[in-house]
Amino acid sequence: MTSPILETRDLTVRFGGHVAVDSVTCAFQPGELTAIVGPNGAGKTTYFNLISGQIPASAGRVLLKGQDISGKSVSQRTRAGIGRAFQLTNLFPNLTVLENVRLVVQAQSGKGFNMFSTAASHAEMTEAAEAILMRVKLLESRAQVVSELSHGNQRKLEVALLIALDPAVYMFDEPTAGMSVDEAPVVLDLIAELKEHTHRTVLLVEHKMDVIARLADRIIVLHNGALAADGPPQQVIASDVVQEAYMGRGLEGILEDV
Amino acid sequence: MIKLLLSGDTPRSTVLAVILGVILVCLALAPFLFPGVRTVDTAARICVFIVLVASYDLLLGYGGIVSFAHTMFFGIGAYGVALASTHMGRGFDAVFVGALAGTGVAAALALLIGLFSLRVRAIFFAMITLAVASAVAVLVSQLSGLTGGEDGLTFQTPRALGPAFKFGDELFGVKLNGKLLAYYFVFFGALILFLLLLRIVNSPFGRVLQAIRENDFRAEAIGYRVVYYRVAATCLSAGAAALAGALYAVWLRYVGPDTTLSMELMIDILLMVVIGGMGTMYGAVIGATLFVVAQNYLQNLMGAASGLVTDVPILPELLSADRWLLWLGVLFILSVYFFPTGVVGRLRQGRQA
Ligand SMILES: Nc1ncnc2c1ncn2[C@@H]1O[C@H](COP(=O)(O)OP(=O)(O)OP(=O)(O)O)[C@@H](O)[C@H]1O
Ligand SMILES: [Mg+2]
Repeated sequence: MTSPILETRDLTVRFGGHVAVDSVTCAFQPGELTAIVGPNGAGKTTYFNLISGQIPASAGRVLLKGQDISGKSVSQRTRAGIGRAFQLTNLFPNLTVLENVRLVVQAQSGKGFNMFSTAASHAEMTEAAEAILMRVKLLESRAQVVSELSHGNQRKLEVALLIALDPAVYMFDEPTAGMSVDEAPVVLDLIAELKEHTHRTVLLVEHKMDVIARLADRIIVLHNGALAADGPPQQVIASDVVQEAYMGRGLEGILEDV
Repeated sequence: MIKLLLSGDTPRSTVLAVILGVILVCLALAPFLFPGVRTVDTAARICVFIVLVASYDLLLGYGGIVSFAHTMFFGIGAYGVALASTHMGRGFDAVFVGALAGTGVAAALALLIGLFSLRVRAIFFAMITLAVASAVAVLVSQLSGLTGGEDGLTFQTPRALGPAFKFGDELFGVKLNGKLLAYYFVFFGALILFLLLLRIVNSPFGRVLQAIRENDFRAEAIGYRVVYYRVAATCLSAGAAALAGALYAVWLRYVGPDTTLSMELMIDILLMVVIGGMGTMYGAVIGATLFVVAQNYLQNLMGAASGLVTDVPILPELLSADRWLLWLGVLFILSVYFFPTGVVGRLRQGRQA
């Protein structure tokens, strides 16, 4: 087996007395798409926050390509290769769609401290941003201010920002939540493309069973912050742990609920 | 060409473009259009305040950072020129050494305050700047041996910028003397600084500042070290304020705590930014012009108005020149109420509607 690209070791966070993520040890292989499931409040988003650094861990470590990044800031982790899209849309609301993506392209180029050229003069950045907008089918909206976009388009832009970042590890937190049936496939196709054509490592928090069945190589189940099951999709869905943890309703029952 | 000078950031409203054009022409030709000691003095103050307010807009309107130390940086630049001119003797070398030293000290102080407090929280930065600015104001008035204390310092600027220097007879009835040169020194200095600030806010760096103002959490998550950008913005803004202070000192040939360091001045700057429109740069031009003109002429206007209505009860009392501050306040409340996004924001909206 190849060495894992991302690992968490005994990763734990407590909020007061409540253990939101409980000693999760897990390794992710390059090119693997892992679905993370669990009921509401299971700690999925918090687990993401610990990996990408928004919340400091109470205990445990995060390793990226074998390097301990537990002490690093959010921006350092991003530059090291951990990219994150958010469950609650988290954009630059008064800037245009194009500007939002361009900012990510610019962050990649390291030109953030360039003060004496105009941003508009960097045509290559604008082109790169437009190419990404084309992929998420948002090119026509490029001049629109983000706060005026529909919810579905804001979700697409959320995904576009992550694709513009093109990190070693992609983390999607319910990317299609609240999207209409005809909008969601655009995003799901993009994720499938990331996996199949570019062999990116993807962590995907998702509730919809059909999506998981289509995309996931592996499922991990979080329950009350702890790792309750881990394995290939069919096996996890059928496992006793999961059946018991969800009081006989089975994973599918839980997933349908939310 | 014009687009390049404006860094591609055009006024985006015909009315705004016309107003800005009128202000530019009036300032460029002030000594010829409005000859008179008082009017030219007003024009020079407008030039200086445009830069001062624009540099504050870089921090507040683009970076979303509230600072109460902006007049302190302004004062450091002004005192730099005053001290250098006093100790080195009059001359352009003293002006440049003083301006550069003032800018360096201002930027270094901003760096210290920024690194120390911006890591924590933006509100903490505001409080620290308030404390440091008050401390510096007290220090300046106490170190009277060096700074002249409350009286300030009167000094001589380069001979070529003094009224005694003549380089010709008259042009369109205006005396060609050093005072005219001093005005153009201030005017072009301010113009260059303003265009430079406009370039900075439209640069890749300026875009990052806007992103941070909009959503610092996400800016960090796409890989920008937010603290470094905020600190850099603080230093730039402080340096530009110091240069505005240097221009002011050259014009006044005097520095004192009241003209460059006072809290009242700080509040004036805040008002000018808000009235003009935050995060637009052009708002600084409109805000500074309106404010300085109102400050200088409202008193006269009211004196005249109260003279006209002497027979009516109460009105003369209300319009008496002593009430000008009250009316200035009323004007501000009205303008903030009707133009919450500032004059520039309002004009740009008007175009879209
Ligand atoms: N910053 C915080 N402070 C205190 N408690 C928190 C914090 N963040 C999360 N929690 C708690 O941790 C638990 C896990 O929350 P989390 O958001 O990770 O769940 P989730 O699995 O993502 O749920 P959902 O499916 O609803 O998104 C919840 O009980 C939540 O209230
Ligand atoms: Mg969640």
